[in-house]
Amino acid sequence: MNSKSRYLAYPYSIWMLVFILFPLFLIFLYSITLRNPNDIKTITFTFENFGKFFDPIYVNVLIRSISIAALSTGICLIVGYPVAYLLTRAKDKHKGLMILLFILPMWMNMLLRTYAWMTILGNTGLINSFLNLLNLPNVNLLYNNKAVILGMVYNFLPFMVFPIYTALNKMDRSLIEAADDLGADGFTIFKRVIFPLSLPGVISGIVMVFMPAVSTFVIPRLLGGGKNVLIGNLIEKLFLVTRDWNFGAALSMIILIIIFISIKILNILKIDKESGVSI
Amino acid sequence: MKNKISKLYLALVFLFLYAPITVLVVYSFNDSKSRGNWGGFTFKWYLELFKDRDIKTALYYTVTIAILAAVISTIVGTVSAIGIYNMKTSRMNFLLNINYLPIINPDIVTGIALMILFLSANIKLGFSSMLLAHITFDIPYVILSVLPKLKQLDNNITEAALDLGATPFYTLKKIIIPQIKPGIITGFLIAFTLSIDDFVISFFTTGSGVTNLSIEIYSMARRGISPTINALSSLMLVVVLGLLLIINKRTTIPTKE
Repeated sequence: MNSKSRYLAYPYSIWMLVFILFPLFLIFLYSITLRNPNDIKTITFTFENFGKFFDPIYVNVLIRSISIAALSTGICLIVGYPVAYLLTRAKDKHKGLMILLFILPMWMNMLLRTYAWMTILGNTGLINSFLNLLNLPNVNLLYNNKAVILGMVYNFLPFMVFPIYTALNKMDRSLIEAADDLGADGFTIFKRVIFPLSLPGVISGIVMVFMPAVSTFVIPRLLGGGKNVLIGNLIEKLFLVTRDWNFGAALSMIILIIIFISIKILNILKIDKESGVSI
Repeated sequence: MKNKISKLYLALVFLFLYAPITVLVVYSFNDSKSRGNWGGFTFKWYLELFKDRDIKTALYYTVTIAILAAVISTIVGTVSAIGIYNMKTSRMNFLLNINYLPIINPDIVTGIALMILFLSANIKLGFSSMLLAHITFDIPYVILSVLPKLKQLDNNITEAALDLGATPFYTLKKIIIPQIKPGIITGFLIAFTLSIDDFVISFFTTGSGVTNLSIEIYSMARRGISPTINALSSLMLVVVLGLLLIINKRTTIPTKE
């Protein structure tokens, strides 16, 4: 190809500057400034927005968000790893169909999937109607942390399964056979051969689940009710209700920093950037 | 025995995945407004759906924005991918890293960042701001689906065409585009489905009167639920199933990594 064709990327470079980098810079700018209420034109640079965050109320929200997201990620890993493994072991003629079945819910609107759980768990929902039928008392299943975790696992499980599936699928089968021939038992083969080789998949799975889980405001809003606020809800409220953009921007920066730190830590175990999920 | 356990395990996971969806579909035919009772079979929620003004408007905006955003981002993304592919490795990696930002960033941060941008630039939040936002988060996925196909290209064929006197534009049209077409189509389909499905970014970048289906569902789910959502979700499921069957014929889907 002609070396001049690199100019084709220039318009998009400008686009990225305007719509990707500059907006992030604006968030950063809002997070370190305060507006003078009497005089809109003057802004002062300050760390007050970040200082405000150290109020125990907000720190607790952050800790709760991180622990709920981490717990959901852990459950996704424990549930999802065997699924990914079994998918790679499926017979070729079933494989395509099984993967299709696995993707299908993921491509359904996330709000609908979450709302579906409200239908099942709600006070007049399916489970409680069933209990009433048996003359058993109602149970409160909705509007608590468990419901939020359930919603996260339900929504993000495929994000865990597919990267692991891709990694396992790429694995050279003869390595397992070799380990087997050399006398390793099933558990040793898993611990020493299969799991280490699937690690890149596990890591991208963890990132792909943790990231949306720690920042979601929809799942806690619908399944957690008004009480179980996570950091995503806080940010949404600060921007759309309270209109305290500066503090909201500071919280967004904190979320970004947490995500980038977790990606950096996990990236020490290098992820292949160009790999996609093969179907 | 081992085989049975694994089959049972997969069956349980599929049950977990499909139970809520089945419930939605079944209840879309339920003649009782309460979610717990079964009041007989009916199509009335589907009929009501087609009479509902809000839902029709939301559907119109959802589809229009998804088509526009997917078409624009496919064109821009493909052209940019060709440009990026021809850059020096260091520059290419630099641009690709920025390109990754919208994929890595949480949706809420992307949404808020764009909202601040539009409001600071005095752009009224509404149709055009939402469209710009969708294009912004669609292009990176198009680039990531086209780029691997470019890397697979045999440079000799391109060079042969140029040696035989084809102009660069003619080479692009007749040699390069046909070879990377699967990547372009995959990119388009991903962009389209992401747009159709988006909630968070649209929620922050939209304004008065302009909603999409996700925003509509969110507000309906909060203010008490009408069974018309069940009907709507069943219909959407059918549409997604159709789209998915098309996409499944293609080979790769880039993931958030």
